[in-house]
Amino acid sequence: MTLRDFIQVLTMLIALTALAPILGRWIASVLSGERHVLHFLSRPMEGLVEKTLGRETYHRDMGARDYLSALLCFNGIGLIFLFLLQMLQDVLPLNPQQLPAPSWHLAFNSAVSFVTNTNWQSYAGEVTYSRLVQMLGFGVQNFVSAATGISVLLVITRALQAKPGSTPDASKLGNFWRDLTRSTVTVLLPLSILFSIVLVSQGVVQTFSPDQRITTLEGAEQTIPLGPAASQIAIKQLGTNGGGYFNVNSAHPLENPTPLSNFLECLAILLIPAALVFTFGNLLGRRREAWTLYGVMMFLLATGLAISLWSEFGGNPALGAQAVMEGKETRFGVANSVLWSTITSAASNGSVNAMHSSLTPLAGMVATFNMMLGEIIFGGVGSGLYGILLFVLLTVFLAGLMVGRTPEYLGRKIEAYEIKMVLIGLLAPSCAVLFFSALALVNDFGLSSLANKGPHGLSEILYAFTSAANNNGSAFAGLNANTPFYNVSLGLSMLIGRFAVIVPVIFIAGSMASKRVAPASAGTFKTDSLLFAILLISTILIVGGLTFLPALTLGPIVEHLLMLSGRTF
Amino acid sequence: MNSSLFNAQILKPAIINSFRKLDPRQQWENPVMFITELGALITTLSLFSSRATWFEWQIALWLWFTVLFANFSEAIAEGRGKAQAESLKSSRTDIRAKRTQNGVTTEVAATELRKGDRVICAAGDVIPLDGEVVEGIATVDESAITGESAPVVRESGGDRSAVTGGTRVISDRIVVQITVEPGQGFIDRMISLVEGASRQKTPNEIALGLVLTGLTLIFIIAVGSLKFLADYSAGAAGQDLSGIVTIPVLVALLVCLIPTTIGGLLSAIGISGMDRLIQKNVIAMSGRAVEAAGNIDVLLLDKTGTITLGNRMASAFIAAPGASQEELARIAQLASLADETPEGRSIVVLAKEKFNLRSESLTPHEAMFVPFTAQTRMSGADLTNSDREIRKIRKGAADAIEKWIKSLGGVFPNEVHEAVSAVARSGGTPLVVAENERVLGIVHLKDIVKNGIRERFAELRKMGIKTMMITGDNPLTAAAIAAEAGVDDFMAETTPEDKLKRIRSEQNGGHLVAMTGDGTNDAPALAQADVGVAMNTGTQAAREAGNMIDLDSNPTKLIEIVETGKQLLMTRGSLTTFSVANDVAKYFAILPALFGILYATSGEAHGPLEYLNVMRLSSPQSAILSAVIFNALIIVALIPLALKGVRYRALPAAEVLKTNLMIYGVGGLIAPFVGIKLIDVILSIWIGA
Repeated sequence: MTLRDFIQVLTMLIALTALAPILGRWIASVLSGERHVLHFLSRPMEGLVEKTLGRETYHRDMGARDYLSALLCFNGIGLIFLFLLQMLQDVLPLNPQQLPAPSWHLAFNSAVSFVTNTNWQSYAGEVTYSRLVQMLGFGVQNFVSAATGISVLLVITRALQAKPGSTPDASKLGNFWRDLTRSTVTVLLPLSILFSIVLVSQGVVQTFSPDQRITTLEGAEQTIPLGPAASQIAIKQLGTNGGGYFNVNSAHPLENPTPLSNFLECLAILLIPAALVFTFGNLLGRRREAWTLYGVMMFLLATGLAISLWSEFGGNPALGAQAVMEGKETRFGVANSVLWSTITSAASNGSVNAMHSSLTPLAGMVATFNMMLGEIIFGGVGSGLYGILLFVLLTVFLAGLMVGRTPEYLGRKIEAYEIKMVLIGLLAPSCAVLFFSALALVNDFGLSSLANKGPHGLSEILYAFTSAANNNGSAFAGLNANTPFYNVSLGLSMLIGRFAVIVPVIFIAGSMASKRVAPASAGTFKTDSLLFAILLISTILIVGGLTFLPALTLGPIVEHLLMLSGRTF
Repeated sequence: MNSSLFNAQILKPAIINSFRKLDPRQQWENPVMFITELGALITTLSLFSSRATWFEWQIALWLWFTVLFANFSEAIAEGRGKAQAESLKSSRTDIRAKRTQNGVTTEVAATELRKGDRVICAAGDVIPLDGEVVEGIATVDESAITGESAPVVRESGGDRSAVTGGTRVISDRIVVQITVEPGQGFIDRMISLVEGASRQKTPNEIALGLVLTGLTLIFIIAVGSLKFLADYSAGAAGQDLSGIVTIPVLVALLVCLIPTTIGGLLSAIGISGMDRLIQKNVIAMSGRAVEAAGNIDVLLLDKTGTITLGNRMASAFIAAPGASQEELARIAQLASLADETPEGRSIVVLAKEKFNLRSESLTPHEAMFVPFTAQTRMSGADLTNSDREIRKIRKGAADAIEKWIKSLGGVFPNEVHEAVSAVARSGGTPLVVAENERVLGIVHLKDIVKNGIRERFAELRKMGIKTMMITGDNPLTAAAIAAEAGVDDFMAETTPEDKLKRIRSEQNGGHLVAMTGDGTNDAPALAQADVGVAMNTGTQAAREAGNMIDLDSNPTKLIEIVETGKQLLMTRGSLTTFSVANDVAKYFAILPALFGILYATSGEAHGPLEYLNVMRLSSPQSAILSAVIFNALIIVALIPLALKGVRYRALPAAEVLKTNLMIYGVGGLIAPFVGIKLIDVILSIWIGA
């Protein structure tokens, strides 16, 4: 690893730390309905939605149950719409390639995938779906699934907003329609437009013209797929979606043409999830809480990054190579590929600029483990933060007992109900991963999709379900997932990973909002200290580790040890 | 504590009960141990179905031990409670009562009495059931419940009217109206509480139980899926792992991973928390109350008896112009001779100490004593000397004396006015002494703040607990005492309604409040407080309203109650942390044991995963067995800690957390590495020999 690599990595982390608090504060203000620079742009759009839904629907206060029903209703309709759109793409317009309708299970998988902000792709984008599906279907969900994440975060934030001495009121947790609209038109849309213009300037394609057939220098015929890529890529990165316009995602020169575009796309993955940490802090008036959570996320990210880089630059004795270049884009090199792989797995994004299956076992394990923790190292837009809040509550409960008081978070007691919800939210995705992986590993319908045998095959299957159940969406490659079994089981994993977390989080918000708030004293267990940060990291690692250590042992760990002795499968 | 733990009287029934508690219906209450028992059962059954090895027999044996040890911890805790209940029960044998109805007295068994009946209790009678004295006054021996041999006075009306079933009348005769049904009296409830019969899980225990159940669930899935992962890996490696990845071994792994340590000790911790309170002579009406005590952050403390010694004492004589201190002392002594209140006695004593004045004996014909009344707010004596002159000597509150002096045509000197306010400002009570129309000076009565109470409050402050002094004194006096005692806040001229209001407002601000009380007018506040400690000497109403009763009627006990509550929660948290931290070492023992040979090439004895065998355990069998044995023995090893509670020190939350994390978190990571290795060494010697 050269000094230049090191500086590149460091620049990324510093840029993020500098930008996130600023953007976070801005998001906090615009989501509260304050006027802003882009008001002239977003206000008419918001007004349009307001008029369509009616003022009453758009502004009435919702309690937890109301909010949840609206959210589930919206996502349910989105799911059905997206499914039908795919199944009917052959008779709908904007299909210049004359692509046929996909199989039902692929349509189910893809619909779930985009609604849940996972963007797992069992298909190759450019040869499977028409432009209509890509834009009206996937493109729209790229925005609203991210906006859904922000909305859920807003609910739990509002539940924690009341100060000591106020009368608890659980009926005013916001309005889903307003949150969804504002998140989309004031945060995601302007940022995406800005970002796509930058991307176009770097050479990313944005066109409605059909694919070009050209003759290469060698005289061979080649089809250059084109399409409205830049706008898709902007939201794919910013909204932690990750579903590429092209099959090889951001390794494709028309998706990611220059070093600058690579840097910016990589930064864009983390930008909003990181900024939302500060939005949370700003809305609560608790900056120190925000910095503590940011610190924990950054620490986990940096540690994973260090392990991956160490492993990648250590090379593979079997190949005799210094650093492993197989499966990586030569334009980016090892450092940038590893940086991306760590960030994309940490942030529930799933876009790639290198093939994760070709990473060294340990780097692959870091990517897997990042996801296994539940996508809480910055994680998805909104979902990363509300996900880590579940860990915060668990940590507060365990450690809070040790100081001799009923544990409380921001003055609110954590009792059996919250604990039940926290456990559902934390354990459901893990259960899905282990259950489906085990199922796939001992049945022909699971094994027949494997390209690799031995521990690497185990890693591939484990990675696929981990990615789906934690709404990441990146793939290890090497696994043919477009089969009825994988499409359905991965689809179910994605649904569990998304809604088995959202539902408990909103219920927790409802319950927390109805609690009396205790003022802080010397006897209060503080959640904005270094000690708490260490505790939170330990809880995350121990709970994640204890759950998945056996599986990781039989996958990447044994693979790593075998690689050291020069054996491959 | 340890001596009673290994007391044969408790030990023997506890061992028998450990087996009785194997009943699955009882285990169901505790999912972690239920799964353990189920695992033990499955393992045992699997022994009969196939060619079982000695190794598998041992696993089954130790799994059963794990369940038994956990049962044992609960049985021991219950046994200690029972021992205490036994002594209470002895007071309850066949009591006869004299029931009086419409003037007719009949003798009946205590069990035939109903709520509302009236019984006559004369000297020597045992009071049959809890009730209220409606007629008469008597001294009662309450040693059966308090352990205190000094008898107490119980009388109708007022704040000392409650009597407890099972106590004995020593003198006089009272009529008691029964306030409970037989079997639901105070002592009955106490017995069932300490026996654990009516023990209900507390909110915190339920929440913790859920965490443990959640962890158990995830480990069931982790271990369950491991079987399939192992099958795949064995297939991929072309190896046969069926010799080691067996049902007993997987069950062993599961039991090692699920939090059996805390799961096994959880109910013992809860029972012993109430037990520790009983040792402090406090009965908690529910475990919920003990837990709430740990959360308290505001203490309402009565000034008298808690912060200050019961009574004000004379501390100085301040003479008026034209009078000497000695003269003042002599007159003050004369005025107090008939005054039997502690204040009066203290004036007599002080005069004797300072000026060696013997209390003069006065004969009734030369003196007429004037007792204190609420109207005059003075007391003293009218003395007639040989010349038939009448000397009117009075002592009393400044404004009362002033009025009296003026009515006699005298002048109340300005200097005395100043001295009066100076004494009041310093927190004392000024008592003005006068002879006829002449003011002689003032006696400075002072509240004596209890020794060490200031340090106690400082400790509480460090723990984040606010102390508030409640007093009927005027604000000036209250402020001075508050400052001297170091309380955070005070309420002066307090009425019971003020107390109730204050508690409500603190609670609305998110605080949890504890208070003590004894009077009937304290009852609403006691009921409103999160922890209301009623004095045993208090009225029935107060005792019904509170959720704890202090048998010693010592208001300072409140602080100890809070500490016990905190200690209970700390013990739970610390042992949970310990239990979860243990799992790391167990993985390092069992995973290499299971998969050490995986992917080994034909020439090798070990595969790559043998690297994970950081403890260098001698064989896969011994590794697995060591982990299981450690897991079982650690429960027994921690029983004393569960019963005693973790060490408690008054420190801020962050400090407490750091200490407990180092001991139970880091300790929990390291201890099993050492323990498992040790057991492995012993096992390998034993097997080798």
